[in-house]
Amino acid sequence: MKIAVLTKAIPSYESSIRVDSSGSWIDESVVNYVVNESDSYALEEALQIKENAGGDSEVVVVTLGSEANTSKVIKDGLAKGADRGIFIKNESTTTDPLTVAKIFSDNLKSENFDLILSGLQSDDMGSGQTGVLIGELLEMSTATLAIETQVEGDKIKVKRELESGWFQWVTLPFPSSISIQSGINEPRYPSLKGIMGAKRKELNTLESSPESQSQSFVNLYVPKNEKVSEKIEGDADSIVVTLMDILKNKLKVI
Amino acid sequence: MVLVVLENQRGKIHPFSLEAVAAGQKFANELNCDLSILCIGEKVDELKSQAQNFKASKLISAKNDLIDMYSADGYSKVLSDVISELSPKYVLVGHSYMVRDFLPRVSAKLSIPFVSDIISVDFNSGNPHFSKQVFNAKLATSIEISSDQALLSFQSAAFSSDDIEDGAPGSVEEFNVQLSDSDIKSNSEPEFQESSSGVDLTTAELILSVGRGIESEENLPTMQSLADAMGAEVASSRPVVDMGWLPPYRQVGSSGQVVSPKLYFSCGVSGAIQHVVGMKGSKNVLAINKDEDAPIFEIADYAVIGDVLEIVPKLTEEINNSK
Ligand SMILES: Cc1cc2nc3c(=O)[nH]c(=O)nc-3n(C[C@H](O)[C@H](O)[C@H](O)COP(=O)(O)OP(=O)(O)OC[C@H]3O[C@@H](n4cnc5c(N)ncnc54)[C@H](O)[C@@H]3O)c2cc1C
Ligand SMILES: Nc1ncnc2c1ncn2[C@@H]1O[C@H](COP(=O)(O)O)[C@@H](O)[C@H]1O
Repeated sequence: MKIAVLTKAIPSYESSIRVDSSGSWIDESVVNYVVNESDSYALEEALQIKENAGGDSEVVVVTLGSEANTSKVIKDGLAKGADRGIFIKNESTTTDPLTVAKIFSDNLKSENFDLILSGLQSDDMGSGQTGVLIGELLEMSTATLAIETQVEGDKIKVKRELESGWFQWVTLPFPSSISIQSGINEPRYPSLKGIMGAKRKELNTLESSPESQSQSFVNLYVPKNEKVSEKIEGDADSIVVTLMDILKNKLKVI
Repeated sequence: MVLVVLENQRGKIHPFSLEAVAAGQKFANELNCDLSILCIGEKVDELKSQAQNFKASKLISAKNDLIDMYSADGYSKVLSDVISELSPKYVLVGHSYMVRDFLPRVSAKLSIPFVSDIISVDFNSGNPHFSKQVFNAKLATSIEISSDQALLSFQSAAFSSDDIEDGAPGSVEEFNVQLSDSDIKSNSEPEFQESSSGVDLTTAELILSVGRGIESEENLPTMQSLADAMGAEVASSRPVVDMGWLPPYRQVGSSGQVVSPKLYFSCGVSGAIQHVVGMKGSKNVLAINKDEDAPIFEIADYAVIGDVLEIVPKLTEEINNSK
């Protein structure tokens, strides 16, 4: 089985996110890029599916973005056990999910993957669309929010998370594009051997030409507070004094 | 024309769809155009009867045995056909899990942009801009469309169902659904619920909620001690459950429990929308986070900027001493 895993480089939670002088993008120079959370679950799921399937199965990590931001992402995937990597170079900031999906599908079509796994949502753009869009563009079956998968011959059975504690099983024929919800498995850490071996693995770099976007950012801005909040800062001791007063006298909960 | 698509949630119109109806009426007023409401698939007749009271130009139903059970294949095909025939300028839906599952397929089939999870709309004299959260909700953006049509999904509470204008549809129509077995490649089984033999956080008066910011499982006892000192139930964000630190029934959010305690005391939770929808009904929110830009502070009554691992043990000690 030939499996692609889409892994995206996104700003880490700790990174400071500041609007740059253009007003429509962030200052990338102060940002530390890491693998999008649900994508690391998708990678682990792909590795486990491969290990169970055996034979000449293959896991390919695929990323799209600028060279500077994505370099760690592919290395990490290869170190964890992916067989090869595809880097689709795109130095412009493409925020339109349909455009992103078209770049992916144009570049991946000839690979004829049986399975494409992606994260359910990128934590920076938060569109929650890319995996499904690619599935449709490549005429694959699709499912989202997978929290369990079982390969059964030429089909894959997926347990989907629905809202408020409900679930549903869906059986899909291959080829299939499935987006993975966090918590589906326990992502592994790369081994030392894996890290060493990663350097010798095949990495294909593809160029993507800039495409026109059907939706684009006019500007970026800091959201307004919904509530007027009382700000409490200082050293831990003084914060504790304030908190005691709030809990005891204002909220009367202790 | 704008088209609102109603989703059936176990026999009732999905609450997000009601908000989409309110959005649809607002769009129709602002853009001076017709509003059509589409009932699709599962239990169409029930949906239709519930939608009889909304002011709209048209109520359309799309019914077929092959979509009596939801499937992304069936729904995306039928909605694409409806859009091709009626050419609505905007298709409006709630940003539900079902919409996440099938609407991108429609976007790709018809090459119409899908702006998902919109928090507000600026009608901008006929050329609307759509706001959404980006970069982990630390920033928001305003989005512009460069095509004639768009699919739009709204985050919960972007519009209020209280604003729905009562009335009746100008006409009621049935859409002629064209589906064959070969259109449905996947096989969906009935929805089910898993018994969560855990605590009921919905009745708790005090909740101490922990997020990834507590840094490691070893710090849980420290947090538990504070909860014990306050007489609070411990709750958490999703990553804490994903990593196996706490059982799933402690999770608050769109895929966990929805709580409304007197005090929601959050420690090291960033405040992603999927978490916030589960706790924004709390009477008071006190949040500790070391990042002063954390989105949780947007809805906090008390915003403590500091290190939770430093503050919590001291606070616990103080509370215990004061007893
Ligand atoms: C469809 C879908 C459904 C989801 N359902 C849910 C759900 O039901 N519930 C849910 O919670 N999430 C849910 N999520 C995930 C959600 O989007 C967020 O990823 C998640 O809520 C983040 O959890 P967190 O705040 O604990 O972690 P992070 O976002 O990693 O935040 C950690 C925070 O801790 C702070 N911090 C770090 N160290 C310290 C310290 N020492 N002291 C103080 N602060 C510190 C950081 O500044 C940061 O703000 C869902 C996502 C999707 C896409
Ligand atoms: N630039 C990218 N590189 C790699 N994967 C991506 C990229 N953009 C989106 N994806 C994949 O698509 C998923 C959903 O992203 P989104 O539609 O942006 O929320 C992500 O979790 C990734 O798996």
